[in-house]
Amino acid sequence: MSADTSAREESTGSTGPPPSPAATYAAGPARASRQQRSTGAAAGFLGPNMILLGLFLFLPLGWAFLISFQESNGFGASGWVGLENYRRLVTDPTFWQSALNTAVFTLITVPLSLALGLGLAVLMNSVLPGRKLFRTLIYLPMVISGIATALMGVLLFDEATGIVNKLLREGGLATIPWQSQGTAAFASIVLVTLWIRVGFNMVIYLAGLQGISPELYEAARLEGASSWQQFRYLTVPLVGPSTFFLLIMDVIYSFQVFDTIFVMTGGGPGRSTSVLVTYAYENGFVTRDQSYAAAIGIVIFLITLVFTAIQWKGNRSRDTVG
Amino acid sequence: MAHPLTTQGGAATRVRRVSPAERVSTIVRLVTAVVVGLVMMFPLYWMITIAFSPSADVVSRELHIWPSEWTLENFRTIFGNFPTVTWFGNSVVVTAIITALTVSVNLLAGYAFAKLDFKGKGFVFLLVLSTMMVPVQVLMVAQFRLVTQLGIYGTFWAVIFPSAASAFGIFLARQFIIAIPDELLEAAKMDGAGTIRIFLQIILPLCKPLIAVLVLLTVMYQWNDFAWPLIALKDAELFTLPIGLLYLQGQYGADYGAIMALALLSITPIIIMFLAFQKYFVQGLARSGIR
Repeated sequence: MSADTSAREESTGSTGPPPSPAATYAAGPARASRQQRSTGAAAGFLGPNMILLGLFLFLPLGWAFLISFQESNGFGASGWVGLENYRRLVTDPTFWQSALNTAVFTLITVPLSLALGLGLAVLMNSVLPGRKLFRTLIYLPMVISGIATALMGVLLFDEATGIVNKLLREGGLATIPWQSQGTAAFASIVLVTLWIRVGFNMVIYLAGLQGISPELYEAARLEGASSWQQFRYLTVPLVGPSTFFLLIMDVIYSFQVFDTIFVMTGGGPGRSTSVLVTYAYENGFVTRDQSYAAAIGIVIFLITLVFTAIQWKGNRSRDTVG
Repeated sequence: MAHPLTTQGGAATRVRRVSPAERVSTIVRLVTAVVVGLVMMFPLYWMITIAFSPSADVVSRELHIWPSEWTLENFRTIFGNFPTVTWFGNSVVVTAIITALTVSVNLLAGYAFAKLDFKGKGFVFLLVLSTMMVPVQVLMVAQFRLVTQLGIYGTFWAVIFPSAASAFGIFLARQFIIAIPDELLEAAKMDGAGTIRIFLQIILPLCKPLIAVLVLLTVMYQWNDFAWPLIALKDAELFTLPIGLLYLQGQYGADYGAIMALALLSITPIIIMFLAFQKYFVQGLARSGIR
């Protein structure tokens, strides 16, 4: 999001501090000089959090690295095998299949959720009776649990008894083998993911759109620009910062999709919907090859870190690092 | 400035005569919005329909778009044959403890990152932020061994501690608190207030909207959490609702009626919360980027 957007959201409906953009952005060197060194107090305030994060986040993270260099022995610890688990990864066709599926899934869902999100945001930002109600309906799926959503997906897409195939049959069309055929199963996961995800994209784009001055459109219209030209040459470039933010968020989200796949297809049929996170879980807690699971986890961690870093880089202007 | 949801955007704010062309375009937009709304609501409508339908409707090859008769049979099944009330209670307890714990420690840390000056602040903050997006699948094996070693595997605490160790609240808290003017804090300091008193008497009262956002998002996130509780819990009596749902699916397979009844029950509290506090939800989601 642009600095502009976040500053405006800052002031959104808050009765609390007067968070003027100036206050946010003045918080730089000037503030540091005015403040006394208070490391002692800081330790007290940070302490509880650092204990929690240290013990249950940083420790497991380091431990995961160690486990990935060990031999699997059920749930227990065992000897060191160096890079053996990683060597295995490189030659494991299921790992590569899962990595490929993850990439394809991300490449399909991200552009679609961006496009649908922007389209809906433009629609919901225009003159429209009942606009508030429509917005609510579009982001409602966001708050529903992954498992309930996935079970709804199972219900809708069941090959034999699901409503989607019943409707197709009723309309005289061929039914779709949602469970028995890989591509169809993949498509059902994509559809459910979009249903969950468009609301979030719409929210961010709406905030971006509302930062654009209406005068710009007025001027474009006077110049004789068509609606499409206004969209293409004004809206799309001006929501660029929102697009960047969403791009990274959506990539991370798609990359980590677990509940939907775990419940709807379990990675099947065959390996057609297996992704890295489900494959890691399967190794860790189904076949109990925990060291191998840890190695897959480390790969996931490194990829996540790359995208988080890109996100920061793009957010430098927006106060991220104290 | 007004909330994104209520702001009149673009054309709406201009006073102009409505031409026939514009009226047509409004109708086109309205029709599009109705279609989108119906598509978005259909899965929920269908969940509700199946939850109140007799099982025969689900398995029949005929198309029922409405229950052939409304029945509570599925709800009797889940309350009669499964510890549904216990699961619901477990979800409430686990969610409440995690929320109280994580929101308190994140407020404290957010204040330290926003207003206190200490060595290595930038580095520690980066370190904390770098974990924000790490999925549970990276940590699960080690966290599982950790809770086993601590002797809490299978208990609520095994779910609570790793879940409460979350950095996203720190980020939001810091962002909010940093916007509180330093002059306010300076003035209090002049009056002899210490860091703790400043936090309690000045920062906290100003943080009510922040706390609301943090509480709502944490409750939503934890109520819905699936992957970690799936690993950390083992006894059906201690399951939270999402794990209970999976268990029910495992036991009842294709009895979609019962599964949808429990699914409906499990999402209702969050939907009510969302509708009641929509403004905070949307703000928080937009700002944190956490779904």
